[in-house]
Parts: sequence; structure tokens; C-alpha cells
Amino acid sequence: MGKLFAIVVTVIAIVSATLFALHVWWLPVDISAHGARIDRQLNETMVAAGVLFVVAQLALAWFAWRYGAGPSSRGVKTFPGGATPMVVLAVVLVGFEILTLTFVGSKVWAGIYQSPADPNSLQVEVQAEQFAFYFRYAGPDGRFGAMHPELANDATDNFFGLDPANDTTARDDIVVATLTIPVNRPILLQLHAKDVNHAFYVPELRIQQDFVPGMVIPLHFTATQTGKYEIVCTQLCGLGHYNMRAYVEVIAPDQFDQWLKQKAEQQ
Amino acid sequence: MSEIATPRSFLRTHVFSVDHKVIGKQYLDLALVAVFTGMLLSWLMRFHLAWPETPVPGLGTVAPSGAAGGVMTPEFYLSLMTMHGTIMVFFVLTTAPFAGFGNYFLPIQVGASDMAFPRINMMSFWVTLVAFLVLISAFFVPEGAPLSGWTAYAPLSAVGKDAGPGQGLGQTLWVVSILIFCVAQLLGALNFIVTTLDLRTKGMSLARMPLSTWAWFITSVIGLIAFAVLMPATILLLLDRVAGTSFFIPAGLVISDRLQPHSGGSPLLWQHLFWFFGHPEVYIAILPGFGIVSHILPVFARKPLLGPRVFIACLIAIAFLSYTVWGHHMFLSGMNPFSATLFSIPTLVITIPATIVTLLWIGTVYGARLRFTSAALFCLGFISVFVSGGISGFFLAQPSIDTYLHGTYFVVGHFHFVMGVAAMFGIFAATYFWFPKMYGRMMSETLGKWHFWLTFIGVYCVFMPMHYLGLAGNVRRYSAFTDDYLKPLIPLHRFITVAALFTGAVQLIFLFNVIRSRLRGAPAPANPWQGTTLEWSTSSPPPHDNFGGPPPAVHRGPQEYGAPGAVDHIMQAAP
Amino acid sequence: MTAIGSVAQPSRQGPAQTGVLIGIATIAMSFAALTSALVVRQAASSDWQHFRLPTILYLNTLALITSSGTLEIARRKASRGAGLPWLSLTLGLGLVFVLGQILAWQDLAAQGLFLATSPSSAFFYVFTAWHGVHVLGGVAALSYVGYRMAGGPSGRALPTALGAGALYWHFMAALWICLLAILALRI
Repeated sequence: MGKLFAIVVTVIAIVSATLFALHVWWLPVDISAHGARIDRQLNETMVAAGVLFVVAQLALAWFAWRYGAGPSSRGVKTFPGGATPMVVLAVVLVGFEILTLTFVGSKVWAGIYQSPADPNSLQVEVQAEQFAFYFRYAGPDGRFGAMHPELANDATDNFFGLDPANDTTARDDIVVATLTIPVNRPILLQLHAKDVNHAFYVPELRIQQDFVPGMVIPLHFTATQTGKYEIVCTQLCGLGHYNMRAYVEVIAPDQFDQWLKQKAEQQ
Repeated sequence: MSEIATPRSFLRTHVFSVDHKVIGKQYLDLALVAVFTGMLLSWLMRFHLAWPETPVPGLGTVAPSGAAGGVMTPEFYLSLMTMHGTIMVFFVLTTAPFAGFGNYFLPIQVGASDMAFPRINMMSFWVTLVAFLVLISAFFVPEGAPLSGWTAYAPLSAVGKDAGPGQGLGQTLWVVSILIFCVAQLLGALNFIVTTLDLRTKGMSLARMPLSTWAWFITSVIGLIAFAVLMPATILLLLDRVAGTSFFIPAGLVISDRLQPHSGGSPLLWQHLFWFFGHPEVYIAILPGFGIVSHILPVFARKPLLGPRVFIACLIAIAFLSYTVWGHHMFLSGMNPFSATLFSIPTLVITIPATIVTLLWIGTVYGARLRFTSAALFCLGFISVFVSGGISGFFLAQPSIDTYLHGTYFVVGHFHFVMGVAAMFGIFAATYFWFPKMYGRMMSETLGKWHFWLTFIGVYCVFMPMHYLGLAGNVRRYSAFTDDYLKPLIPLHRFITVAALFTGAVQLIFLFNVIRSRLRGAPAPANPWQGTTLEWSTSSPPPHDNFGGPPPAVHRGPQEYGAPGAVDHIMQAAP
Repeated sequence: MTAIGSVAQPSRQGPAQTGVLIGIATIAMSFAALTSALVVRQAASSDWQHFRLPTILYLNTLALITSSGTLEIARRKASRGAGLPWLSLTLGLGLVFVLGQILAWQDLAAQGLFLATSPSSAFFYVFTAWHGVHVLGGVAALSYVGYRMAGGPSGRALPTALGAGALYWHFMAALWICLLAILALRI
């Protein structure tokens, strides 16, 4: 039994670790300016965790193999040094890991979530609702019209509850269902929710943020590759949660200017 | 200690009993019903994820509106998911290892004849049962059970039926059930703590208490504070739902085209209150398992646990730290991002005592003379799966990495390994170990071993792949995978489903073993495993007052195994 | 008939007292949670409507503090078998407190301040109701003790129960004073 246990644990440990190491299932390509730091943090954690995982499982397996009941003449042995080496190992090894990861990781985190957006950012408002995302650009006047929840009407496409009749700044706002952005330009999103909690997640952008009703939450990033990527909701919001998605289209800057002008003319 | 005589009537002996042993078994039976209910829900969920268009035989008859023709609606899936989480966390993981085995064995292990307040103890079981029935009733109301997850985030859970199917009466029943459960837990924790502090027998100093008792004691303290916070939180949520208050609901919400008549509340407030309870809750789920493994492993290793005092210190450290980390569930919640860094530090620090206890277990296996009984195998398996589950926590504890992994299957894999597997292995080990004592009969070791091997391999096949899914960005709580980037991952989901259905079926071996052994198992001796603690100094099952007279005095610690000389072990109660 | 609680057991003083202390810790924690909810909610939005606390609250406070005093007298007299009248007075004052709290609610209702009117009124009702429910629990427990005392000579069990009950009761008064301060400062 002990030997069987040892074999099973060893196989499990090696197979699992190999599947991680070979990146059989892995993160998609990183298309963000800050993503490389996250990926490095993840890789370093993966290596450290992988080593700890394999060593711990193999140690367990080895001891289970070796220390079956055996002949009755064999007495039990205490681990050399007693509990002290365990405490020391945990404090030193894990402590060191923690210090490093916290020190480096907090900088990575702060760089994304605690730093101010670039003043030249393109600002886009994002509204999450059951079960869609909508995006609003300020239009040629550069100002966003005020939102009036009581005026929101999905049937007439007035998702943001704008009042263009009485509010001049709202007249040229561009409201679309796809987030179109220029590549290599800082983007500042302002996230708000119409009804319940939602979240904004683009795996390739290495960015994620909850929408909280009653709050407007800023989120900034820069996309470094063109292409079309999925935005998915990661905060349970109701029955349509699985189907709540939009696309972010990252296009060349001149194409973006053209797109924006075209959209402005349509308002 | 009340003067309670041996009961005579059937009802007083087996139903409305104040005997902690009966109450413990009642809790275990409730947990058994709950775990198979929860597992059934998970089978339905996994089947739907793998084959969303395939009808499940019979489901259309049982749930004509939620699963017409046997194919479930998205809201039905989410309601199953909500109830699965709620049933498993509350009625299995908080009930079996703690209320079940703890009620049965804590008084015996400290040398008492019953819990400090037997009538309150009986009440705590029946109140738990009422909570369970209220929860289950949500399945049977129009529109069914809630869909907001076991975490019930506001405003989805607070605004009432505008938010979706099941969010009306179903959600209210959920909230009421949890409220009732809090009362039961507080009554139970009260008994555990007072019994441990005041009813230990002569010679049973705190240092000589078995490690399982220590774990139950510390778990009760955690539970006391955690449930004392969940209770007012659920009351405030209930008031938002039925009394028009706005604790958690801000202004200007338009749901189902209706402007909600609330304003000023804070959804984050619910998250803070919930997770202040919720994180210690997961330690309530696992700490008894720590104690149980540390209690059982030495019996089959024939040597004491390495560093028992260090172990106890680590339990206390974990208990204390568990109150400082709740924000790690909220890194991306919209709270001040600087708080994320603050919360991640104790979250990583808690790794240290967790690592120490894992190394103590592994170090106990070193130099042992292991007897590989079913109970022992589940202890060894516990160590392996706890390593797996704990290590994935290492990733999630870092906010920068959580940016990518939050809300993905990586998280699902992590918490299932530590709660759904490790804690369950603790329950299995406890069952195989203590069944002879509780029922006076032996379980089948052959069936036990089959149960272990198939389950051990099965759970790795179910939950390890979830980490790969998470790394690929697979979002959780989805009732179907229709996104472009998720469709290629469906084959892996099918693999998981097959493994889950298989592993679930294997649990029927366990159920069969338990039922058959209760009816026809071989008679059990007083000390089938040659254990030293007080439960082995009395008959199987023990008499009504536990020891057939005054409890014995103890003269030594709980793990005198492998003593020098020719002696294999010395009983705690030996003169 | 096998009786549990045989010779080797320690005295009953311990469990009842410990039990009440645990209960006190739990109840205190629940109010700590409510207090932090109040602080967060007040800061979350500008819709906090300050209002003056009904004057009767202060009279209720006096009743509750006095009842602590009468309970202490009851305890001291109980050993001579003369505690019951003072215990009854205590319970009476406790009920006066609870009735007074209900009158305070009526005062607020007359001003148009109900549970859902504003977050401040909501917390007022929640705090006073949650405290009041626990006071009623104390009344029930001490009533039971009184009922047993009325039944004749008590032996050792009742002074212990009375002592534990008194601990709980004094906590209810002390807790109320803290809650009143919070309400006075915040509402």
C-alpha cells in the first residue's frame, strides 16, 4: 500500500507539473504595456511553486514508500532535529519568497492600479448592465453629457440615459457596443454599472476590474498590438452572465481617427 | 453539568436527545444527506457544462420550468451552483468535521460526561436542521432557488425579484436560512468552548488535550467571532430586501427597466462584512481536518506527531491571521487598491504556519512504522491534496497575479482542493477511524481502500485541470462556454465532467460501506487501532455517561506511541 | 439510573460563568459589526439625515442602570432567601426599559422617521431592536432563575445561575451606554 501510494503521488506530481511547465494550457499572447511584468511575476511564482509542489509530494511519497510497518524489530525514528528544521525551513524559505514576491509584486500592482493615468489618455466611459457592455466617447466637444438613470431606455438605444434635447454636451457623444481604440495610446476607461456588480476582463490585456453600482472606477492601460479581443464579464450578474461580452478592437491610430470622425458624423 | 438521567423513551434516546453522542451522529447524518444533495447538484452542473444541449434523463420531469425537456436554463444552472456552494460550505464542511465529530468526541477526549450545556446542544442541532430545511425549500418555490452564488453579493441579492429568477422568495429563504444557521453555530461554539475550558477531567491540562480537541476548540473560537458578524450582515441584507432600507443598494439602479427605490447604500459594505466572516469560515472548514489528521496519523504511524506544541502554536497563528486577510477576496472589487497590498501581506504570511504544519505531517511519516488502513490512507492523501490546494493559493495571494486569475477556474480549482477535497478527506479519515467507536461495528477495510484509491486519483483528475483552465483565462460561474476563446477548452471540461461523475459514483462505495456496516458490521472492540486517547478507554460505543461512572483521570499526554523500550503505546488514562 | 455529573466533576460555577462570558463576547462582536457598518454607510453617501434622539432614551437608560443596581442587591440578599422581591424589581425595570424603547420608536414614527426613511433612522431602529431583543433574553433567563428561587431553598445551583445572569444583565447595561454614545455621536 505504501509503495502504491508513493507511485501514485509521484505520477500525479510529475504529470501535473509537466503540464504546467510545458504551457499546454497557458495565457494568451500579451498585448499590453504592463503585461510583461505580470507575466514575469506569474512565471517566477510558477517556478517557485512548482519546485515546492514537486519536492513536497515526492518527500511524502518517498517516506510513504520507505516507512511502512516493516519488521517489528525496527523502532520508530524522530525526524532529525525534531520540529526545529521544519520551522526554520518554513520561515526562511517561505519568508524569503513572501518578501520578494510582495516587494516586486506590489510595484507591479501599483503600476497598474495605483498610478495616475497618462494625461493624454483617450477617455472612454464603459457601462455594464445585464447583460451587455456599452462604450461612450466624448465626441468632438470633448465633453461627456450627464447621465440620468431615469431616462435610460435600452429600447431606444439610450443606454447611458442621456438627455440630448436639453444637454448640449450629450448631443455629440458616441455610444457603441464595441470598444474601438488606437494601438499604443494610453486609454482611460471610466467604469460604471447600471444595475448590479459586473466586471471587465480582457485576458490578453492582463487587466480586470469589477464594476460597482454607485461608483465610477477608473481603469487605464495601453494596448501594444492590433487585433480583435474579447471582453468578458467575470462578476456574477444574473442569468445572462455567461453571455455578457463585447469586443475590443485595437486599430492603427489613423484608422481610429477616421473611425471616430465617421461616428461623430452619424450622431 | 446537569444531572441528566439515562433516557428511557425512543424519542428521548434517539431523536430529542441531549446526549452529545446522539447529537454528533445526528449532525453527521444531516451532513451525509447534505453532501449527496450537493454532489448531485454538481453532477448536473458538470454535465451541463460538458454537454449543454444534451437532455439529462428525468430532469425535465423534476424541474419542468428550470430544465424543460431535460436541458437546463442558465438561471437553473446558477441556482444549482448557488445551492451547491451553500449546502457544501455550511451543511457539510461546517457541520461534519466540527459539529459532527467534535460533538461526539470532544467531551470524551477531555474526559467529560457530556457537553457543558446539553439542552442548548440539542437545540443547536435542531436549529441547524431547520436552517437546512428552509434552504432546501427555496428549490420548491415559484421561480426557484437564488442565483447569486453562496457569496450573495449585493445589489444582485438585495433588490429582490427584478434582478432575476430566484431572486425573490428564493433569495429571501436563503438569507433566512443562513440567519438561522448562525444562531445554531453560535450555540454550538458556546458549548465547545465552555466544555473545553471547564469540564476537563483530572490531570487533563490543556497541554495534554488531543490535537483534535485543540483544533475543535480553536475552530469554535474562530466561529464565534465569524458568525457573530455574519448574523447582523444577513439581517441588514434581509431588511434591504423586505423593509425598503438601503444598506447595500446605491441610488440610480435601473434593473429590468425599473428605477430601484433605494439610495445611498454601499455594495462594498456587504463584501467586507461577508468576507470578514467568509475567510475565517474556510479555516473553520479545514482546521478540524488539521486536528483530525494530526490525531489519526500518529496512531497508524505508531509515533507521535512531530512538534505537537509547534502545531498548536501554528493553529493559533492561523486562527488569528484568518481575521486579517479577508480583503484578498476583494483585490479587484473597487476598494482602494492600496488595501490590496495591505491584505496580501498577511495572506502570504499565513503560508508560513500552513507550511510548518504540512512539514510536521510529512516529518511524522519519516521514521514511522505505517499501517496503511483506510483512515491512514486518507490522512496521507489529505497531506498531498492540501499541498496542492495550498500552493495554488500562493498565486492568488498576490494582487498583480490575481489581476489575471481572479474570477477564473484557477480559483475554483484552488478552493475545491482545500475545501472540497482536503476537508472531505479529513471527514473520511475521521469516519473510518471513529466509526467503530460510534457504532460499535467495524467498517469494511476492503471497500475503504477501493474508496480511497479511486477517489484520490479521481479528485486529481477533476480539480488539477481546473488550474490549467484558469491559466487559459476560463471564467468561472458561467453556465455555458460560448466565447470564442473558451470553445477550445470544452474538451478539457468534458474530461473533468467524466472524472467528476466517476468520482461521484465512487462515493456510493463509501455510502454503501457506512450503511451496511451500521447494520451488519463486525462487532468492534474497545480499541481496534490501539489508540491512546480517552475515547479508546471506553467501550464501543461508549455508555450514556461516556465512561460508565466518573471519567478517568489522565496522567500523560495524548500521543505516547513508540515509547522507549518494548512498549508500543501507553494509554492516556493508564495509571 | 446513571446520573451524569458525579463526584469528580468541578463545581457548576465555572461553566455558567464561562458561558455568559462567551455570550458577551459574541454579542459585543455583533455590535462591533453593526457599528462598522454604520460608519461605512454614513461615509458612503450624503443622505445621512441627522435627527435628535428621543428624550425618553435617557429615561430608559436610567431605568436600565437602576435595574443593575437592584439586581446586585437581589444577589446579595439571595443567600438569605430574600432576593426575590429585588429580582422582580429588576425584571420590572427591564421591561420598563424595553417599553420605553418602543415609546422611543413611536416618537420617531410620529416625526415621520421609519426604518426605511433614512440610513440614520434605519440604524437607530436596528441598534435598539437588536439590543432590546437581547435584553428580553436576559429578562427570560432571570425570570426562570426567579421561578426556581420561588420554589424553595436553592442549594448551590441558583446563586451560580443568578451570578451568571447578573453578569449578563450588567453587560446589557454597559453595552447600552456604549450604544447610546454611538447613537448620540453619529445619528
